[in-house]
Amino acid sequence: MNRLYKSYIRTDALPSLFCPGCGNGIIQMAAIRAIDGLGIRENLACVSGIGCSSWIPCYLNLDVMHTIHGRALAFATGLKMAQPDKKVMVFTGDGDCLAIGGNHFLHACARNIDLTVIMVNNYIYGMTGGQKSPATPMDAVTKTSPYGAMDYPIDGCQLALTMGATYVARWSTAHPVQLEKSIREGVEHKGFSYIEVLSQCPVQGGKNLYGEKEPAAILKKYREMAKEGQVQLGVFTKDSPRTEYLERVNQRLAAQGWEV
Amino acid sequence: MANITIDKSCCKGCDICYAVCPKKIFVRSKNRNHYGTNMPDITNPETCIYCGMCERMCPDGAIDVQKEESSENED
Repeated sequence: MNRLYKSYIRTDALPSLFCPGCGNGIIQMAAIRAIDGLGIRENLACVSGIGCSSWIPCYLNLDVMHTIHGRALAFATGLKMAQPDKKVMVFTGDGDCLAIGGNHFLHACARNIDLTVIMVNNYIYGMTGGQKSPATPMDAVTKTSPYGAMDYPIDGCQLALTMGATYVARWSTAHPVQLEKSIREGVEHKGFSYIEVLSQCPVQGGKNLYGEKEPAAILKKYREMAKEGQVQLGVFTKDSPRTEYLERVNQRLAAQGWEV
Repeated sequence: MANITIDKSCCKGCDICYAVCPKKIFVRSKNRNHYGTNMPDITNPETCIYCGMCERMCPDGAIDVQKEESSENED
């Protein structure tokens, strides 16, 4: 077993429930490396919702809250308000963040509270058997769209930019070095950080969704798509004049005569 | 020479390591892991350049690459 992985993982919970070739493990490793590089293990709390991707922090030997479907951001906001010194990382999926938790996502972005959201986008509801998610591309065949998906997909990064998130980035599981760097920057950034990771689900998605079946071939396809500009990867915004939510709260409290 | 190990109880046989290693150190074998699928075999570990891609890309943290003491003394 990898030494770094072993020092951060709850070994009694292994083997993990991820299918062979799942991208969640790669994101878990990137997150472990980022946490280890920053040295914030004692000062970090992870929050997750429901879905395959929300099981990523549950295997980590840290303070973890596994909460109800779509409400991970609401719980994380409460945790950050109660303990402002802690760094809070939120792991969520495309169904969790954009479908049922869409409203919480919009308002957390608009508040600009100091959270780091890692949204694992595999274009499908993997845990429940491969149904269509809001991020599924048009004409993709899934279990609940056998004649091709009819809806235009929701672009999480554009949504976060529109709502005023102050750090927005998108990477894929084929870019683990850049992903690790982005997670580090997101944790250090003061304000709402949204990092979308394009992942693969070779079991429930597979050929109908990505055009390839093997996980290594899907990763290669992601690299080619990034090179040809079919998906836009990179850091979209870093500098924004928006102030952080807790700073504004403290300002108002000080104006009322409270000691902060 | 690099000391490369693959944990039999962690590997799930997803075949990602064959594609990501630039030196093609991992090759297909008929050894079974505890999951019941085929796990990779290690060939020519002395060609390893310590890029760390296999450690980063293994979804189950099964691969561990360690620099041996002797190679550090030579440098």
